[in-house]
Amino acid sequence: MAEKRKKKLGIKQRYSMLTRGLGWDTTYQPMDKVFPYDNYEGIIIHDWEGWEDPFRLTMDAYWKFQSEKEKKLYAVIDSFAQNNGHLGITDARYVNAIKLFLTGVSPLEYQAARGFTHVGRQFRGVGPRVACQMQAIDELRHVQTQVHSMSHYNKYFDGLHSAPHMHDRVWYLSVPKSFFDDARTAGPFEFLTSISFAFEYVLTNLLFVPFMSGAAFNGDMATVTFGFSAQSDEARHMTLGLEVIKFMLEQDERNIPIVQRWMDKWFWRGTRMLTLVAMMMDYMLPKRVMSWREAWDIYFTEAGGALFADLARYGIKPPKYADIATKEAEHLSHQAWHIFYNYTHAAAFHTWIPEKEELDWLSEKYPNTFDKYYRPRLEYLDKEEKAGRRFYNDTLPMLCQVCQIPMGFTDMDDPTTISFEVSEYKDDKYHTCSLGCKDIFDYEPEKYVQAWLPVHQIYQGNCGGAEVPDVLKWYNFNLGADNMEYKGSPDQKLWDEWQAHRKKA
Amino acid sequence: MSVTSIGKYEFEPLDKVENFHGNQLTYINWEQHLLFCAPVCLPLPPEMPFAALVQEVLPGVYNKHPDFEKIDWDAVKWTLDGADLTPDLGKSLADNGLGHKSLIRFWTPGLEGIAGSHS
Repeated sequence: MAEKRKKKLGIKQRYSMLTRGLGWDTTYQPMDKVFPYDNYEGIIIHDWEGWEDPFRLTMDAYWKFQSEKEKKLYAVIDSFAQNNGHLGITDARYVNAIKLFLTGVSPLEYQAARGFTHVGRQFRGVGPRVACQMQAIDELRHVQTQVHSMSHYNKYFDGLHSAPHMHDRVWYLSVPKSFFDDARTAGPFEFLTSISFAFEYVLTNLLFVPFMSGAAFNGDMATVTFGFSAQSDEARHMTLGLEVIKFMLEQDERNIPIVQRWMDKWFWRGTRMLTLVAMMMDYMLPKRVMSWREAWDIYFTEAGGALFADLARYGIKPPKYADIATKEAEHLSHQAWHIFYNYTHAAAFHTWIPEKEELDWLSEKYPNTFDKYYRPRLEYLDKEEKAGRRFYNDTLPMLCQVCQIPMGFTDMDDPTTISFEVSEYKDDKYHTCSLGCKDIFDYEPEKYVQAWLPVHQIYQGNCGGAEVPDVLKWYNFNLGADNMEYKGSPDQKLWDEWQAHRKKA
Repeated sequence: MSVTSIGKYEFEPLDKVENFHGNQLTYINWEQHLLFCAPVCLPLPPEMPFAALVQEVLPGVYNKHPDFEKIDWDAVKWTLDGADLTPDLGKSLADNGLGHKSLIRFWTPGLEGIAGSHS
């Protein structure tokens, strides 16, 4: 008689066997030796089974979902290329946002893949381990699909040819690079707080929504489709971020101050990094979505406010210096664009002075500050450029020891005065741009005295030579094409030719 | 407070003065003139006279600004690492108290930048 056929597993059972069922407690070696990194940060876990798996995704289902999404995405990417999609964007200035994304953000996806692969090995709990391993694969997929979505632009526009090389060397790219280096060299719980919570949960909407709506508004269907394809992954990542916080907070009350300090630190580091997005929204999108100020109010003040109200029951307070960050939303984009305008001769994308209607838009969006502090300067620079004296700053800037951004941020209550902070450590001075960055330095000075500050490295002779052109060659820049003012650039020339052809046709 | 780490965690700072070939890093900021987006960083020999800083270095950094030629150097207010400074032009940077990674800020009274915007 044939054996009775076994019943198929129920979803819950199947999930349990394919995730938790894959773990075991080691016997030849003590668990502490096998998982040496998951307790040195001071986080106390009593019961790893307390981890909730909000998505209940198994690996086979994961592959199936992702492959469906890939098929759709690559169909759109192909059709974008075949139909010369680059001709449909609003203006060639838009591509500079893509350049910034590809050199500044896409390499972070790869860094995230490395980070999650590492912590996915280091937790003794099976729940977080599986979640981290899946996210590691997501991140790897994101860097690949971003490169594929944006590579079409590389056929026509400058500055897109050496993203990973530039990410490791170029001065402003040390800002995102050092952010992730800091996170990846922390312990696994701090890593998850920094990337999964502070970045993915609290701040990611400020990166993805503006970028993807910006792409949609400006006719970049390839990037929009990538955004849609990443969206369901992002939802999963955000949930992991919230789960890890709740897990730590619920396991032991001694975890609370540690988690709070990490939130304070990574909120501040995250807002500093989002400076790049602020300036993209207010200055780089030919067709604007919303101002940075508006985005901050919606995605941080409102959404973040609700989140921290929810976390208050655990004894968690909103991030320290959130009030300063909110004041900064009024100034950040203008100050950041000005930094890049000063140093465009050393950047792999172009800058420009906005057109008159664009300046009017900024005046309208920033009624209390733009006309008073920023418009006169931009109009002066415009006049100089038109008179053939395009302004560039010829001296390298002072950088913040922690965020590594040139010290161009002002005191937010006094927007005409640069904000300076300094710490002394073992007979040396370390300058920071803000109280947020100073606190981070002061808590772990040993970590930040090792900062690879691009300006100091150039002066030490470690960046290709003593003259700026030598350094730019070491960055792999095509001088005169990748860098400098947008007006008169090869990008603009080509774009104008296409437009002229179109008119003729 | 030291680093939370899995073991001994001590490293050489990357920016020790001996890495700069006889120079020391000097940070300079012309206050209320934000046309220059940030303070500048320069490797300068500590034995350089302060006069050379004013007469040779600063023009190279700042003379693109229309206010620069209007500066009355006798009226300039200086600070060094947060304290008031009355520089002795004939003495060296080191003798004026500048160390590695010192910050010099200077205010030019009466000059308010582009269209009074402090740029």
